[in-house]
Amino acid sequence: MTEGVLIDKGKIESAGKMEEVVLIPIKEIDIKLEADVITPNSFAGKNAREIGNLPVWQGPETYPLSEFFEVIGSGGISAAETLIRIKGDAKRVKRIGEGMSAGKIEIEGSAGMHVGTGMKGGEIVVYGDADSWAGMEMTGGLLNIKGNAGDHVGCAYRGKWHGMKGGRIVIEGSARHQLGGGMDGGEILVEGNVEGFCGIRQNGGLIVVKGRALRGTGAEMAGGTIVIGGKIERFSPGFEYVSMVNSVKAGEVELIGEFKKFTGDYAISKRAKGVLYVAAEKNPEL
Amino acid sequence: MIYKNIVCPVCGAACDDIQVEFGDGKIEARNACKMGNAKFKEVVSSHRLRQPLIKASGKLSPAAWDEALEKAADILISAKRPLLFMGSETSCEAHEIGLKIGEYLGAIVDSNATICHGPTAMGIQESGKVGATEGQKKNRGDLIVYWGTNPLESMPRQMSRYAVFPRGYWTKRGRFDRTVITVDPRKTPTAEASDLHIQLKPNSDYELISALLTLLHGKTPHPSVEAITGVPISVMEEMLDMMKHCNFGAISVGLGLSSSIGKHRNAEIAMNLVKELNNYTKFTLGALRGHCNVAGFNQVASYMYGYPFGLDFTRGYPRYNPGEFTTVDLLREKDVDAALVMCADLVCHIPADCASYLAKIPMVCLDIAPCPTTAASDVVLPGVIDAMECDGTFYRLDDVAVHFEPFTSSPFGFTKSNEDTLKQLFEKIKARK
Ligand code: SF4
Repeated sequence: MTEGVLIDKGKIESAGKMEEVVLIPIKEIDIKLEADVITPNSFAGKNAREIGNLPVWQGPETYPLSEFFEVIGSGGISAAETLIRIKGDAKRVKRIGEGMSAGKIEIEGSAGMHVGTGMKGGEIVVYGDADSWAGMEMTGGLLNIKGNAGDHVGCAYRGKWHGMKGGRIVIEGSARHQLGGGMDGGEILVEGNVEGFCGIRQNGGLIVVKGRALRGTGAEMAGGTIVIGGKIERFSPGFEYVSMVNSVKAGEVELIGEFKKFTGDYAISKRAKGVLYVAAEKNPEL
Repeated sequence: MIYKNIVCPVCGAACDDIQVEFGDGKIEARNACKMGNAKFKEVVSSHRLRQPLIKASGKLSPAAWDEALEKAADILISAKRPLLFMGSETSCEAHEIGLKIGEYLGAIVDSNATICHGPTAMGIQESGKVGATEGQKKNRGDLIVYWGTNPLESMPRQMSRYAVFPRGYWTKRGRFDRTVITVDPRKTPTAEASDLHIQLKPNSDYELISALLTLLHGKTPHPSVEAITGVPISVMEEMLDMMKHCNFGAISVGLGLSSSIGKHRNAEIAMNLVKELNNYTKFTLGALRGHCNVAGFNQVASYMYGYPFGLDFTRGYPRYNPGEFTTVDLLREKDVDAALVMCADLVCHIPADCASYLAKIPMVCLDIAPCPTTAASDVVLPGVIDAMECDGTFYRLDDVAVHFEPFTSSPFGFTKSNEDTLKQLFEKIKARK
């Protein structure tokens, strides 16, 4: 974006006082864990011992959470009053925060696959990178990834046409392929770059990528908005040029800069209503 | 002795008209292509694995059958998360037992589709597929499109038995009643034998199909598509015109579509194109599957558990997510700790880092001949050759079930077939866990 600024008028209402539960990894994890119990919802109202007894999956067996993490502190009375802090790396721990509806999780390292999948509310902050499927089909809340994200951020599950429906994903690094696939609503902001098929089959919502995109941007989209601030290496053939604009407004978000506006993807339908803005300066040949 | 109507167990065509002359340690196969012929020679080959092997201090040495089975069971039971790789060069009956063992152990069960036409199967899940049997193509097809495949060399008899040369009911003049288009970045023998060769740039299949669909919707594709694909829009129009005006069109896709960059998105948009072409005429799409029964595992697994490949049973019910529960990803991520590899030389077909991890973990291999995978294994169980030494079922490339009868029997006293071997292994596993 030439002078692109992201003005976010939406505010996350700050939660009141929170009880903090600290999870400290105590050993190397070989086979990856599935820890969909690490949510404020299931920690709420439990003390450290009860939390430590919650089951996590490793292969076909379940083990108590305390087998892999030291648990300090107790959950709040409700999910909204529970903060979970993972002090260390959770790269081999999948499904953290799956389906959570309130409260907060802070991961002080990287997160495994499916972090925040199906999340309905609350907040997750990943200080490192997030593996693929972060925020899959989420409907609300905020997922903030300070490092890079893998494939399928905010995407729909395989074969499904509807991905993320609401909430907000902020990636301060770059993301890979199929970001926001099947997205119906909500917002995804990427400070860095994306690879192929960003916003594939998008039906609604907003994707803003400040860096470059590889190919398939907005492919098969029928609705919603995508803004690309850098160069698009290979433009999707089914988009038609509309006009030049000097700001983009979508919902609560406003972006200032010179953009070329396109509509499409006419490869998917004659009546497609997707809108794609690309930074004019970075894409003179489009 | 001469045996007729033997099924060839090599490629997805599963030709069922092979004539075999067998006896005195000699074999002669008629009707089979070069690849088929070579395989029939295996029955009498001196390279055959003839006994079970167990690795001790880095060396494979002969062992008793029961001891090898016990050791195999031991490896699978002791693992936290075993991978069962059900290769395609055996029967559906064997696949079925493998899937059941997987469910019992809470393991991962995968097959060759994971490294070949998996993206095509995923494309079907994304957009649905209009298909046809090869017989329909033979009798009706007047426009054949080969997309990212070179059947003249990879499936030699597909063109002569079904798609291009034979005389069908509505295609009485054979090749003269058919138009052939090949879409391939390379000038292959198939491309040279075609009426139109679309020589697109590698990995631009998605953009090319996207542009065809845009044209079909009465819009003009963005002009940058010519530079991206290397195909002028006028040529795309010509191709689309041929497609809209045929009576029965059939696209056969190969790995050039489903394994070039874009993967299942390429397959998905190709199926979208086919769907929409049906507004104008009859159009179908099918995959030219490489190995003889690679379609079979997809069929059996879908029928039994709802998913075509990459099944994860760790939570007691089947789950599916290519990229998470598929062989290459699991090996790269070191997320399995033992493996059973049946009838697929897996070590040769996966990225080097995955192969080296596979070689490190305990592995059981069931195969007919020594290969890199047997060398990397801790237990080797000799395989029985399906369609030659035992009966069973293959699914042909077009998902038609083909039952095969053998012309000889298993050379081993301890097992009748790979299905039998897996059944015996399953018993050992159940006796201990
Ligand atoms: S085309 Fe395939 S199935 Fe037919 S004979 Fe050749 S290798 Fe065997």
